[in-house]
Amino acid sequence: MRNLGKIALRNLRRYTRRSLLTISLIAFGVMFVLIFVAVTGSFKHLITTQITDSYLGSLQIHRRGYVASIETLPVNLNLTATEVTTVEAALVAIPEVEASSQRIKFGGLFSNFVETTNIRINGVEPAAEFATCPQMAARIVQRDNSARALQPGTILVPALLARGFGTKVGDTVVVVATNKDGSVNGKTLVVSGILESATGPGGRDGYIHIDDAVEILRMPAKEVSEIAVRVRSLAQVDRVAERLREKLGPVGAEVHTWEQLSPFANIAKMIDVMTFFIRLMLIAVVLISILNVMIMAVYERVREIGTIAAIGTLPRKILSLFLVEGLFLGMAGAAVGVLAGLGMIFVLHLVKLPVTMGQANYLLAPTVEPLEVLIAALMVVVISILASVQPAYKASRMEPIEALRHV
Amino acid sequence: MSLIVAREVSKSYATEAVEVHALRGVSFDVEAGSFLAFVGPSGSGKTTLLNLIGCLDKPTSGRLEVAGVDVTRLTRQQAAAFRGEHLGFVFQSFNLIPVLTAFENVEYPLVMVRNRPVHERRTRVLELLDAVGIADQRDKLPEQLSGGQKQRVAIARALVTQPELVLADEPTANLDYATATMIIALMKTMKQELNTTFLFSTHDTRIIGEVEIIYTLEDGQLVGAEKEKPQ
Repeated sequence: MRNLGKIALRNLRRYTRRSLLTISLIAFGVMFVLIFVAVTGSFKHLITTQITDSYLGSLQIHRRGYVASIETLPVNLNLTATEVTTVEAALVAIPEVEASSQRIKFGGLFSNFVETTNIRINGVEPAAEFATCPQMAARIVQRDNSARALQPGTILVPALLARGFGTKVGDTVVVVATNKDGSVNGKTLVVSGILESATGPGGRDGYIHIDDAVEILRMPAKEVSEIAVRVRSLAQVDRVAERLREKLGPVGAEVHTWEQLSPFANIAKMIDVMTFFIRLMLIAVVLISILNVMIMAVYERVREIGTIAAIGTLPRKILSLFLVEGLFLGMAGAAVGVLAGLGMIFVLHLVKLPVTMGQANYLLAPTVEPLEVLIAALMVVVISILASVQPAYKASRMEPIEALRHV
Repeated sequence: MSLIVAREVSKSYATEAVEVHALRGVSFDVEAGSFLAFVGPSGSGKTTLLNLIGCLDKPTSGRLEVAGVDVTRLTRQQAAAFRGEHLGFVFQSFNLIPVLTAFENVEYPLVMVRNRPVHERRTRVLELLDAVGIADQRDKLPEQLSGGQKQRVAIARALVTQPELVLADEPTANLDYATATMIIALMKTMKQELNTTFLFSTHDTRIIGEVEIIYTLEDGQLVGAEKEKPQ
């Protein structure tokens, strides 16, 4: 093998310019794929994290039929206290569940006593909510102090609404809502913070303490519209959701993952499809480059192949010789491409890319998973070998007598 | 026992227009340790005969045994293994591997064909390079060597596996007079030292003058066999 490698390397050096050109082409392809995967992957991760960690949670549990009517925020499809106890027991039994937050959601009117508009409100228990959506605290751009945020009697006002109404921290506002019996009730609240917008539905909701929600909706016993659940890793979400469905199906509760609740999941799927096609393009680049250069190598060395065959080199060794050449080209291209790609990603990580998604602006710092790098490199190496098979096979099947006659 | 036994060996090529009879029922024996040449004009069948003996081609009919093996029945794979085991080749155009040094070219059959250990390869290659007089050129690539030096490397490569038979197709055709004479003398010395059979196809009179047996071919037929007096 060492000698095969030595001969293969020397042959590649024999046509230095052509080898370098092929290596550059492959390296450029690998670099492009890695940058694309890093940028799109980081974008997907950023937005997904924003959505799940800011307000949605990894998955949500509702009474059956609630999600179908979620646009109207129905107050008559809540989970009862007994059902909530069952759900909480199920959540505790699953070790992958990190935190959960009970929410009462409703639509109402928001007034600063001068102007009135509609608002979507989440009544939450602050500690549970911040544990379930850890990035929510970071969205509070103005606050009097952290201890008071979301304490009973306070409200976190969405930034767009605050800007429009000129609402500031410390202002007194009133929230009015209709309960499930049809009666209207209101409560005066103090603005304890302004909440920056997040991407997606629910990203522009206001937040109050869950006890205030119970009071506004005049619930005789606390009911819950949804239970947001944080799973330790997004990769575990589907598995946890499945287990919860098994346990909660009979109770009449339904479980939806963040992908089922957020339209961004479709964008994420599109990104995956694009990544797949970009990888296909890389395969095509490697395949064509290596195939071309190896066909040329065989064509130019017909007499040489005849000579080594004549002096007794077995066909499989001739095959190996050309396969190793293709492999080396691919390995060199992959190595250079990975180094260049990681270098470019590092620069982009330092520089950071500005991204606007809906109302929200982000700074994207691309990173790439080691597995993605490994996949790209392995893909190139495997395709290089496959691309070399036909020319190598042709070389190994040459009749020495005809090859020796070749001019 | 003869090293080569050929009986009524024929070879025909079918072209689009006509069937060419390159060899027509050739029969001869070659004893081990011979230094012999097939001579004749171009198109007489010399190279075809060497190709058949070298298992690079198969006869259309007849029996051909080399080193006790019926080479007409060998598969591609078996023929390659047979060549690596029993034969050495010296080509008119030297046919050295351009990316390998003189040392590595000679070493090549031991690595790729015989798979011998490093120390054995090194000893054997250095012995042969010394024997053919180019030990000092061992690190040069073929493009850095003269025609005569290249052919010396080719001879060393042909002999490195200690084959029973070396087939040399017009080995001096691309060499000047002085170099050709040296190469012929070298091959004769090698034959005497190693008792290897050398079989040439040539119309170089210098070789013809040095060989022990001359088989003359004309129009694909063996028309004469001449034995020189032992020296």
